[in-house]
Amino acid sequence: MASKVTVTVTVNGRTLSAECEPRRTLADFLRQTLGFTGVHLGCEHGVCGACTIVFNGATARSCCMLAVQADGAEITTVHGLADGETLHPMQEAFWDNHGLQCGFCTPGMLLRACELVEEFPDPTEEQIREGISGNICRCTGYQFIVDAIRDGAQRMRQTS
Amino acid sequence: MKPASVEYHKATSIADAVDVLSSTEDEDAKVLAGGQSLVPMLSMRLARPSVLVDINGLTDLDYIRRDGDWLSIGALTRSRAVEKSAAVRDAAPLLSEAMGFVGHATIRNRGTIGGSVAHADPAAEAPAVLCALDAELVITGPAGARTVGANDFFHGFLTTAVGPDEMLTEIRVPVLPAGTGCAVEELARRHGDFAMVAVFAAVTVGDDGRCTDARLALAGTNPTPVRAREAEAVLVGSGLTAETIAQAAQAAAGVTNSANDIHAPAEYRRDMASVLTRRALRRAASDANVVV
Ligand SMILES: Cc1cc2nc3c(=O)[nH]c(=O)nc-3n(C[C@H](O)[C@H](O)[C@H](O)COP(=O)(O)OP(=O)(O)OC[C@H]3O[C@@H](n4cnc5c(N)ncnc54)[C@H](O)[C@@H]3O)c2cc1C
Ligand code: FES
Ligand code: FES
Repeated sequence: MASKVTVTVTVNGRTLSAECEPRRTLADFLRQTLGFTGVHLGCEHGVCGACTIVFNGATARSCCMLAVQADGAEITTVHGLADGETLHPMQEAFWDNHGLQCGFCTPGMLLRACELVEEFPDPTEEQIREGISGNICRCTGYQFIVDAIRDGAQRMRQTS
Repeated sequence: MKPASVEYHKATSIADAVDVLSSTEDEDAKVLAGGQSLVPMLSMRLARPSVLVDINGLTDLDYIRRDGDWLSIGALTRSRAVEKSAAVRDAAPLLSEAMGFVGHATIRNRGTIGGSVAHADPAAEAPAVLCALDAELVITGPAGARTVGANDFFHGFLTTAVGPDEMLTEIRVPVLPAGTGCAVEELARRHGDFAMVAVFAAVTVGDDGRCTDARLALAGTNPTPVRAREAEAVLVGSGLTAETIAQAAQAAAGVTNSANDIHAPAEYRRDMASVLTRRALRRAASDANVVV
């Protein structure tokens, strides 16, 4: 067995350290070792997008990285979006537009949606659909997610 | 879905990475770049290296530079950066367009062009577009660096010219001449999926409206990316008319050699190669200001 390594990460503004084996994925490290349950694990091999996080400023699939690679990184999970009890405008928009049913895909959808709106502040439907093409939802049929992202983009334009 | 036990080495330089690659017994060390193919393979235990050599700290392999008639791209440059680069769009717009088809935005944020090329998935876009562009690939090993043309680099399914003690360090792309039109046409289940068939076309048109150079490469249709040389020969010297384009599309279908698999029967891929070649050539011609 490979010897354990100590990994220090800043997650949603909190700096935390823990030991793990090099083979531990960042997804398992965040969810199981550190308890950030907003990191959802669907496929564990890169195809569903549920485990999406923001890694040093860009979205990444935490199941496609090893924890040891994240040493020193700044990470945001879905729980980093809200400001205390106040939801992020994109979260509000998902709530109001029924952009979720079971909520399993929602952390990845929200983080990807926010990144998408940074690139396209007023996204077209095509840009939204293309932008979330890597995030699979088994419940909504996507239409309400697309509506939510368009609405969320508008709210983000107003608040910025 | 959990990787097997593995040692981890964070490379501090290219020499250090090559050192670990060449000193590992069983030659089963693996370079870890963006991890977008490798980590899933570790999780599914389709890959069980004893050591991972993480090159993400080698920021000197992350660059896009224009040196005269060549564009040089470091192996660790993220796919997203290549897709969005103005220098790439200026020198080889075919490459910019092709990179937009590689997975999804989040995959491209992390996946590297070097990883895509070294992984050599037959349905991947980067290997095929580099064949179309006659790119050169710089491989660095214990004996130093050597250069292999893209069309000699891909040996088979997930197999390349890179030896177990070597790594890919640079991708060099010749700048496309003025008057070149480009187009990528891809058929995939969803945008972002690997190609069932993809066609990469670049046509250069002279002042008299005749085609002076044509490059056509296919992905998804053969165990490696392929150039449709016969189809290119049909086009060069022609006026890029609907007839020559149809003839070239027929010839392109002739190079396909795929098995029937869960995604499509071989026949379907062959037919689609013809359809997509025609579309790509029409669009490339119009990009070069030729009305077909
Ligand atoms: C959901 C999903 C969809 C995808 N869709 C597509 C798609 O449509 N088209 C497409 O082309 N790809 C697709 N990919 C794959 C993606 O493009 C990968 O990023 C790419 O194949 C590998 O690049 P990487 O940097 O992540 O390499 P890694 O995963 O780190 O490595 C891949 C392989 O290359 C080797 N390697 C990496 N870098 C080097 C180097 N410098 N020298 C020597 N060997 C090296 C590794 O040892 C490993 O064997 C998809 C991936 C996912 C998860
Ligand atoms: S769990 Fe990571 S992409 Fe599905
Ligand atoms: S809301 Fe259930 S998977 Fe998307």
